[in-house]
Amino acid sequence: MNKIFSKPTEDPLWLKLTLGIIAVGFIAIMLLMPLVLVFKEALASGVRTFFSAMVEPDTLAAVKLSLLAAAIAVPLNTVFGIAAAWSIAKFDFRGKTFLVTLIDLPFSVSPVVAGLVYVLVFGMQGWLGPTLAGYDIRVLFALPGIVLATIFVTFPFVARELIPLMVDQGRDEEEAAATLGASGFQTFMRVTLPNIKWGLLYGILLCNARALGEFGAVSVLSGHIRGQTNTMPLHVELLYNNYDYTGAFAVAALLAMLALLTLALKSFLEWRYADELAASHRH
Amino acid sequence: MSLVVASVTKKFARFPALRGASFVAPQGAFVSLLGPSGSGKTTLLRILGGLEVADTGSVRFADLNWLDMPARTRNAGFVFQQYALFRHMTVADNIAFGLKVRPRDMRPSRADIKKRVTDLLALVQLAGLEDRYPSQLSGGQRQRVALARALAIEPRMLLLDEPFGALDTKVRKELRADLRRIHDHAGVTTVFVTHDQEEAFAVADLVAVMRDGRIEQYGTPQDVRRDPKTAFVSDFLSA
Ligand SMILES: Nc1ncnc2c1ncn2[C@@H]1O[C@H](COP(=O)(O)OP(=O)(O)OP(=O)(O)O)[C@@H](O)[C@H]1O
Ligand SMILES: [Mg+2]
Repeated sequence: MNKIFSKPTEDPLWLKLTLGIIAVGFIAIMLLMPLVLVFKEALASGVRTFFSAMVEPDTLAAVKLSLLAAAIAVPLNTVFGIAAAWSIAKFDFRGKTFLVTLIDLPFSVSPVVAGLVYVLVFGMQGWLGPTLAGYDIRVLFALPGIVLATIFVTFPFVARELIPLMVDQGRDEEEAAATLGASGFQTFMRVTLPNIKWGLLYGILLCNARALGEFGAVSVLSGHIRGQTNTMPLHVELLYNNYDYTGAFAVAALLAMLALLTLALKSFLEWRYADELAASHRH
Repeated sequence: MSLVVASVTKKFARFPALRGASFVAPQGAFVSLLGPSGSGKTTLLRILGGLEVADTGSVRFADLNWLDMPARTRNAGFVFQQYALFRHMTVADNIAFGLKVRPRDMRPSRADIKKRVTDLLALVQLAGLEDRYPSQLSGGQRQRVALARALAIEPRMLLLDEPFGALDTKVRKELRADLRRIHDHAGVTTVFVTHDQEEAFAVADLVAVMRDGRIEQYGTPQDVRRDPKTAFVSDFLSA
């Protein structure tokens, strides 16, 4: 083929190959290999050992605690995320840019720092700690602290997913709904929500995956009480530090499985509703 | 039951988009707002539709203090330049929306809604496209659906913001003839924004030529064309 007539966007073959190999190699080494190794290690001493490690009472307690923390944090952050994205995308107000920056805070602040801040607030030497202790409410080293840490860290996921989507969709459809006689609530339920449902679902899935996996902030606030305030990631660390590799990798494999399940669910939904998805983007 | 717009003003930040716009239109009139870009046509129309709040001035329509009412109680059908159809709803659901959101005691029965959708689709000449999604329609078809949707609520006022702006000349001419026919049939007071003078003169009973947030001249197409009151109007019309 004559060089002059090649497409302006056509890159030379060697470049395409090199980039392709780098991308695939990177994904294989950095993402796939650890995942495979976790499962391999978990099953190294046989399936039976794997399952008996799984039903350890402390392990079960950790699983339960993680699921409970996620079950509280994810719905709260979903409501918050929708509210934040809705007000940012559909209304003009002072301090909007500041709010957007604030939502990103948990992404930029190290989770450990966030954990320490909550210790400052709720610890026995903190602002609220003594007062709450007077009412017999424990935040630190108890479920409330773990939930707080989880909420903080997973704060941005739903909002971040929805804001660009809703800004992009604009206010036209909401305005049309208003002129057709719909109330604010009807407009939200019948127009806004259906338009964002895929982004919302994706945000919730990511938020959930992160809530189950959070380590740093929870680690500071939980107190690591075995069988009581240990979440799954903390339990993995504890088992690992106690040289219980089978147990550590068994729980790690469970965590990885939950993550894979999340991704599989997302892919399935994308495949199942591909047409609708395309229709909601094209317009 | 006439429409009386009196000295409506509106500032965005500190920029005055409307500096006292006034006109009077009899019930059932077809009014065109004509003017160059940035003259305040959309702003005035959105104020009439309740999508924007006027700073000062008043609007009376059907013996109501129009500006005191929220958009959803005005019962004014609005057709947007960019269609603004509900993208996740079929054509039929789009058209039925305004009926379905009514309080239960005022909501027509399912069968009545279905019949009304069919009738409206026939009126805008889209019979048989009930189950399509907006993304599966051409621009002209989308705007016909938007028109049907606005008409479904039996509006007492019809507001259109350059509804045919994105369409080619042939489709524009077709659609504006249809619009005029539908207007005459429904007898609804209509305000139609355009910056195409040929279109304004062809379709309207009354033309308001806007400039910098005011109405520079207002009258029948013949009068405005025969006797431009200011140099601006005659320049604009001869452009
Ligand atoms: N939301 C807004 N914020 C700030 N300024 C605005 C806003 N909407 C309109 N304006 C300004 O008000 C003036 C009138 O705008 P408007 O949209 O009413 O003009 P128009 O006559 O409809 O123009 P076009 O023919 O280009 O649609 C313009 O100068 C515009 O920049
Ligand atoms: Mg405009």
